[in-house]
Amino acid sequence: MIEVRWHGRGGQGAKTASHVLAVAYLKEDKSVQAFPEYGPERSGAPMLAYTRVDDRPIRRHCAVTQPDIVVVLDPSLTREVPVTSGLRSDGRLLLNVNEAEADDEAAGTYPGQVLAVQADQLAREAGTRFPNVVLLGAYAGWVGSPSLDHMQEALLEVMGHLPEKARSASVRAMTAGYAAGERGRADG
Amino acid sequence: MARTTLGQEVLTGGEATAHAMRQIRPDVVPIYPITPQTPIIQTFSRFVADGRVDTVLLQVESEHSAMSAAVGAALAGARTMTATASQGLALMIEVLYIASGLRAPVVMAVGNRALSAPINIHGDHSDGMLARDSGAVQIFAQDAQEAYDLMVMAPRIAEHAAVLLPVLVGQDGFSVTHSAENVSLLRDEEVQDFVGPYEIPYPLLGDRPSSQGLFAMPDSYYELKVRQAQALEAAEQVFADVGRAFALRFGRHIGAVEAYRMDGAERAIVLIGSTAGTAKDAVDALRQRGEKVGLVVVRLYRPFPHQVLAEALGGVERVAVLDRAVSPGTYPPLYSDIRAGYAGPAELRSYVYGLGGRDTAPEDIERVYRDLLVPRTAGIRYLNLMGEDQHGES
Repeated sequence: MIEVRWHGRGGQGAKTASHVLAVAYLKEDKSVQAFPEYGPERSGAPMLAYTRVDDRPIRRHCAVTQPDIVVVLDPSLTREVPVTSGLRSDGRLLLNVNEAEADDEAAGTYPGQVLAVQADQLAREAGTRFPNVVLLGAYAGWVGSPSLDHMQEALLEVMGHLPEKARSASVRAMTAGYAAGERGRADG
Repeated sequence: MARTTLGQEVLTGGEATAHAMRQIRPDVVPIYPITPQTPIIQTFSRFVADGRVDTVLLQVESEHSAMSAAVGAALAGARTMTATASQGLALMIEVLYIASGLRAPVVMAVGNRALSAPINIHGDHSDGMLARDSGAVQIFAQDAQEAYDLMVMAPRIAEHAAVLLPVLVGQDGFSVTHSAENVSLLRDEEVQDFVGPYEIPYPLLGDRPSSQGLFAMPDSYYELKVRQAQALEAAEQVFADVGRAFALRFGRHIGAVEAYRMDGAERAIVLIGSTAGTAKDAVDALRQRGEKVGLVVVRLYRPFPHQVLAEALGGVERVAVLDRAVSPGTYPPLYSDIRAGYAGPAELRSYVYGLGGRDTAPEDIERVYRDLLVPRTAGIRYLNLMGEDQHGES
């Protein structure tokens, strides 16, 4: 089983990202779960969402406490929230970083694999303000699954209600993220 | 044979339930979006707004009114459903007793959550246990797929001539209502065909005039209440029959009780709801280490399937009954129910867990099985209660 924890701020799309990843893995015949952690809902407040993936049916309905992969959607969160808490030491940490910021600083002392992506910038270049789609692409490129095709199909399904312009920008952003993830895999 | 099920989708329990409602096409759905509401009504309202179902969505001024409208609609001759959670169910309870007494077969989806105070929006079974003496049929789902399947079964149970009672289909708040997982929906026409038309003996809008909601004095009230209780008892057989019909047609069998790896089990846990899956993972881990443990999951809670449960427990030696609710001043509800009807050899112990959304992990379940190895005095043990050594660790 792979357990993924998403760190974002309310309104940044962590919940949507957890869901898109689950839908993409479903397309690869996996058993999935996606759920947010609910508290008082405030725009901008730190929030968490989770994705579980397994080859066998997932039956448990408890919290994810030792994720294999953590994805951080907002560069400022690493200074506020213990993002590596419980993260397996042989796991992966996928970070959105600012242009100026060194990724080793954001990753702290985490001993596992780290990939830092300038997701805000890549999103802007693609015509969207949401880093979640870039990081979904980076996830696929870096982890090696699900495939970019499945991730894009999942994205279009989940975002089917959005205007065409927003959807095509999101697909571009995801593709850019995927390339960054693949480079990370080649380097890693 | 044509396929009766569609491919899998990633849906929350709430969304899956809303799909079941869309496919059943109830005539009337009275609602009041009290906080906390669930994705059930949110999603179903969207289906109505998008024209995917032609239900009359009746927005009223409180949950009390929603249940009142539901009783009226169901007795008038309209298939009626609603959904609620927590405080909303609490506010409906007065009228839920009336629905049972008037034999109004309203089907309700419930996102089971904690009750105030303190304010809390997370999952437990406190709200559902408020309804346990209401005379309604009460069923609890383990996951999103069961929440969907049970909702498809519910109208046939509620509207059965021997039953004619409200049916509450519960699913755990957040861990099922808001958690998306693999769900396989049935085809719309399959659901409609399975459910069939709405028929009750004396609809107010029918050809045979009738009166409803009458006065019953000491010369008749008692008999009517006993008949109502007998109708609820009859629902156990009806639930089994509808479950068999569902399994025959769609290949998924949902019994009143599920026995999981009970063959040769010496220690067992009995519980209700979404922690069942977590407990199954714990059972598998312990069985792999050679420990003779099993799990019994209760789906049908009212009427309580005493006989089926006793059969599921078989020759087990010690049983931990896990309640996700309390009954202050006495033992919690599920434990009391089992204690009242169980004449088998096993020692029964009472545990409370997960109130107000407190997480219960497979390791917590494993601790309960370990605790069952040790002799204990009577009393209630509280799983994962902070600040006290109530974990059953020895």
